[in-house]
Amino acid sequence: MMGKKLFTATLGAGFMSVSVQAADLEVIHWWTSGGEQKAVTVLAEEFDKLGNDKWVDTAVALGENARALTMQRILGGDAPGAAQFNTSRQFEELIEEGLLLDLTPVAEKEGWTDFIRPSSILNPCMKDGGIYCVPVNIHSAQWLWTNKKVFADVGVKEPNTWEEFLSVAPKIREAGYIPLAFGGQGWQERHVFDVVLIGVTDEAFWNRLWKDKSVDAAGSAQMRKVFETFGALRQFTDAGAPGRNWNDATNMVITGKAAAQVMGDWARGEFAAADKVAEVDYGCIPGPSKRPYLTLGGDAFIFPKSSDKNLEAAQMKLASMMLSPYIQAKFNNTKGSLPVRADVDLSVADACMKKGLALLGDPKASITPANAYITEDTNGQIQDLVSTFWNEPSMSVDNALAVFKGIIEDAE
Amino acid sequence: MATSTKVSIPRRAKRVQISSLLASTPMAIVAIGVFVVCVGYSVMLSFTKSRLFPNFNWVGLDQYERLWGTSRWVVSVENLLVYGVLFIVLCLISGFFMAVFLDQKVRFESGFRTLFLYPYAMSLVVTGLVWQWMMEPSLGIQNVVQRMGWSSFEFAPLVDPQYAIYGVLIAAVWQSSGLVMALMLAGLRGIDGEIWKAARVDGIPTWQTYLFIVLPMMRPVMITSVVLLAVGVVRVYDLIVAQTGGGPGMSTEMPAKFVIDHITARGNVGLGMAAATMMLLPVLLVIGPWIYREYVRPAKH
Repeated sequence: MMGKKLFTATLGAGFMSVSVQAADLEVIHWWTSGGEQKAVTVLAEEFDKLGNDKWVDTAVALGENARALTMQRILGGDAPGAAQFNTSRQFEELIEEGLLLDLTPVAEKEGWTDFIRPSSILNPCMKDGGIYCVPVNIHSAQWLWTNKKVFADVGVKEPNTWEEFLSVAPKIREAGYIPLAFGGQGWQERHVFDVVLIGVTDEAFWNRLWKDKSVDAAGSAQMRKVFETFGALRQFTDAGAPGRNWNDATNMVITGKAAAQVMGDWARGEFAAADKVAEVDYGCIPGPSKRPYLTLGGDAFIFPKSSDKNLEAAQMKLASMMLSPYIQAKFNNTKGSLPVRADVDLSVADACMKKGLALLGDPKASITPANAYITEDTNGQIQDLVSTFWNEPSMSVDNALAVFKGIIEDAE
Repeated sequence: MATSTKVSIPRRAKRVQISSLLASTPMAIVAIGVFVVCVGYSVMLSFTKSRLFPNFNWVGLDQYERLWGTSRWVVSVENLLVYGVLFIVLCLISGFFMAVFLDQKVRFESGFRTLFLYPYAMSLVVTGLVWQWMMEPSLGIQNVVQRMGWSSFEFAPLVDPQYAIYGVLIAAVWQSSGLVMALMLAGLRGIDGEIWKAARVDGIPTWQTYLFIVLPMMRPVMITSVVLLAVGVVRVYDLIVAQTGGGPGMSTEMPAKFVIDHITARGNVGLGMAAATMMLLPVLLVIGPWIYREYVRPAKH
């Protein structure tokens, strides 16, 4: 009996001494599609290569589910080692409550503020002089992905604006293709809505609406045009759209069932994984929009505070690794996103990525995503409205406008 | 001697009291601590402006005002009513018929019993996913039947906002009928054989015996079934998340999903708790007195 206890104690002590050097770092993320998985594997493998610490992967399908899990785990006292968020206000309250690890020591040592570009991508991470998250990539949402063969077959030009899209879409439909590959999930409906919003308005209107939360803008004729254009797209999707995942919709474009899809630049990873060549097999059009705009959002990782010093060391190590030039190049090339630093090797960038990089250099073309200005609560209300409007054609534009105005009025 | 017996009786009663008190203490702590205190705390938070973290900035009934002004909540409540009533009724009917079928001393009864009860062993997430696939228009049942030659066949409720809730209903009834069947079968087996003999002597047809004699005698079983099913209705969440995610649009949103979404991803605990409180109300107002009437009061007789 005594011997057994002693044995257990030694075993326990043995475990403890091992954990002095190594930590298991659990990472929650929502990168579950084929292209995304390849990208996250880069991070996991490179992190494991660094030494004793181990990347423990917790992949949760759908961003909102992953974020909800992270919140629950942190609130419940069982925080993961790191978790993915969008560079936005999503984790603002976690910072305010002091639940996140301040990365300032490593950030100052490496000079994050000097090399991260554009500097606005770091803004959501900074609060009261501390740095609480690591932006890993820049994603732009405003892209129309097209199947070149389908457009050639129908004999119409790829649209650059929403007006053009609405004029060619009936011809595509007549030729037997689905004009718009669409995934009817709340966030995708909202995504297309935002792309239509910037596509038929401009930067000034965007800022007035989201940054200043102008009620006048929310009830204006321009906003009416947005709802009308958005509503007009319903007829060009297929019956199976509700509930479809974005990558399944992308696959419809890849296989030539559908002509085009509105999706962020992360869709590029799916085309690449299917061995398609940019601007040969598939096209990427910024917008559709009167003039090209890209939102500079992206993914960021937060690191919940922990009393375990080994874990904290591992967290700092991962944070530093995510921003190293080598990882930035390798990760972003795989994922199809743009790196957050300018000094990385992008020799393998394809035609679509180069388009994005060129736009990134044009300060007039970049806008800040809406969720950097509004809370998740307001964001959710808008998503509910957009989703209701999309799925209930009986809901009038007047009605939708009135609700939208009310939401902006109450926004904080 | 006489005095000692007199003393010993209350002492024994006291000892029994203490031991029963001791035995029930953990349960009492759980009941008071988890249910009363936590429910009270939740209700309290519904009067605050709590965002992701609870705080005590009182705002009165503001959250309730916003709640009932939110179309998503109103739709959720309507969905729950439609779903709840149909779910309970359909489960009772199908469960009863399956139980009556098994009660006919059919061959392979245990095989059928397992078959009918099997769906209940499956988690709601799996149920939701499987039915989502079957109801997918381009891969599921619709596609199979159309390819067999019936090209006008349509069965894809989940992609139509008008019918999506019935798609969820089918999956839920499929999953839960087995439980009702098991309860009802136990009830049927508990019916005294003499009653059947008496009915046969009187020349009453079998179906009438079931409907007018056996069914009323199974009242306690029915009530147990309804309570179990009702509890499942109010908290329906995982099935929705797995099968439709609340869509298309808001057509399959449910109150429990509204609460979870708002206290986690949307960071609005105040509003979520107001919704949770509204979910508690019907339980307290309707089910509470009913359970009291059916279980607590008759026990005193």
